[in-house]
Amino acid sequence: MSILSKFDHLAQTYDRLGPADSNPLKVTFDRILSSTEGVINGRQTILLGTNNYLGLTFDEGCIEQSVAAVRSFGTGTTGSRVANGSYSGHRDLELAMAQFYGRRHGMVFSTGYQANLSMLSTLAGREDYLILDSDSHASIYDGARLGHAEVIRFRHNDPDDLFKRLRRLKDHPGSKLIVVEGIYSMLGDSAPLAEIAQVKRETGAYLLVDEAHSMGVLGATGRGLSEAAGVEADVDFIVGTFSKSLGSVGGFCVSDIDGFEVLRVACRPYMFTASLPPAVIASTQEALRRMIQEPGMRVRLRDNAERLYHGLSSLGFQVGPQASPIVSVAVNDNETAVRFWNMLLHGGLYVNLALPPATPTNKPLMRASISAAHTPRQIDTAIALFADIGQRLGVIPSREPVALVA
Amino acid sequence: MNYSPDDIRVHVTDALRAALTRPADIEGSTRIVQDLGLDSLAVMNLMMSLEDHYDVSIPLDRVAEIVTVDDLVKAVVQLTQNERA
Repeated sequence: MSILSKFDHLAQTYDRLGPADSNPLKVTFDRILSSTEGVINGRQTILLGTNNYLGLTFDEGCIEQSVAAVRSFGTGTTGSRVANGSYSGHRDLELAMAQFYGRRHGMVFSTGYQANLSMLSTLAGREDYLILDSDSHASIYDGARLGHAEVIRFRHNDPDDLFKRLRRLKDHPGSKLIVVEGIYSMLGDSAPLAEIAQVKRETGAYLLVDEAHSMGVLGATGRGLSEAAGVEADVDFIVGTFSKSLGSVGGFCVSDIDGFEVLRVACRPYMFTASLPPAVIASTQEALRRMIQEPGMRVRLRDNAERLYHGLSSLGFQVGPQASPIVSVAVNDNETAVRFWNMLLHGGLYVNLALPPATPTNKPLMRASISAAHTPRQIDTAIALFADIGQRLGVIPSREPVALVA
Repeated sequence: MNYSPDDIRVHVTDALRAALTRPADIEGSTRIVQDLGLDSLAVMNLMMSLEDHYDVSIPLDRVAEIVTVDDLVKAVVQLTQNERA
């Protein structure tokens, strides 16, 4: 009996996905050629599973800023901001994020995961309540577990169920914090935020929106679902990440709440982690500038998302409820999903494979994420490959008429 | 609304039976996941239907403690009593 025996079941599932060169969880990129192409197992591959929504990872300006920062400030900060102090870039990026969102306060974290871990575990304390959408990302669930608040789930994207949960708490004095996401990472669907904001107003709760997948994607200026739904004034806290649209790594929170700065000495995942290295801060600042200055990237992203979503749905694939840069195709069983994923990879296309219980519907998903940098030709190649493999595996009906044999 | 523990046990057992994909005996000591084979999505849907029926919310830390049918009945009984208090 080993200390790891409790994971035997998990280990079996992991191994059943196949040997290293065909196991979706062990994929390794030999080289990255651009924001949309890489080399895997020696094969040139279209990258369609990177969340690199604006394709800024190879942006010349971002790279230059990053290189200059390494030369000026070194490779790392070697400690937390609370213990070792901040670099000017940390504060500059916080100010830039706050300004972008039109908020008074901003705070930067070392990852998006830590931004949620920090905010959820700290904002809601003992006697308070966290009201989470049931499809919330793991970082939201983990943040809820780290804190001391009572945690209640409501049905995914269901404002009426949310209202019922808050009504049941109306005689409880603690603060209530509703947590939803701008775009949900598995199916690419958005929260009905106008209705949720109305529930928030009626019940006196606070509202936090995780715009990880929607910043730079939704809204007239890219501020996310809160902007697109016209309810920014109702959103008390916006959390997000730099590792998607801004092409680096890190997380943030912006807010107008009085007393925000106290969080710097209250959020443990902020206090006890090394801060972001200067190169990351610098490329993120430049990517933010690019995102603000070039709204055309968002238009291209939307066009590409529509092309992929409608292309796959018109073939008969089961896709998510709305077109977004995340386009997931449901497959009935894990075995077919693993085969499908491998056949796509052999055909030169990389997507993500998501398996239950990490998927909201208990079906495995071939999860694609599109970028503004993908060309229509790359997208059409991807759709054609999906069509061919989907037909061969019987996931979608064959286009060839099948002759009836008497 | 007043619910007796016995009424709750009958309703919870019926709800569990409706969620099963194959017939099984349901006793107080039956484990919901291991013995009845319900997956995480089915468990969540079951909890949510009970929450609707009894107009309560089962906090996540309580959900984590529920292993057997008895645990589930006990949680619902306690939450419905708190509602009245």
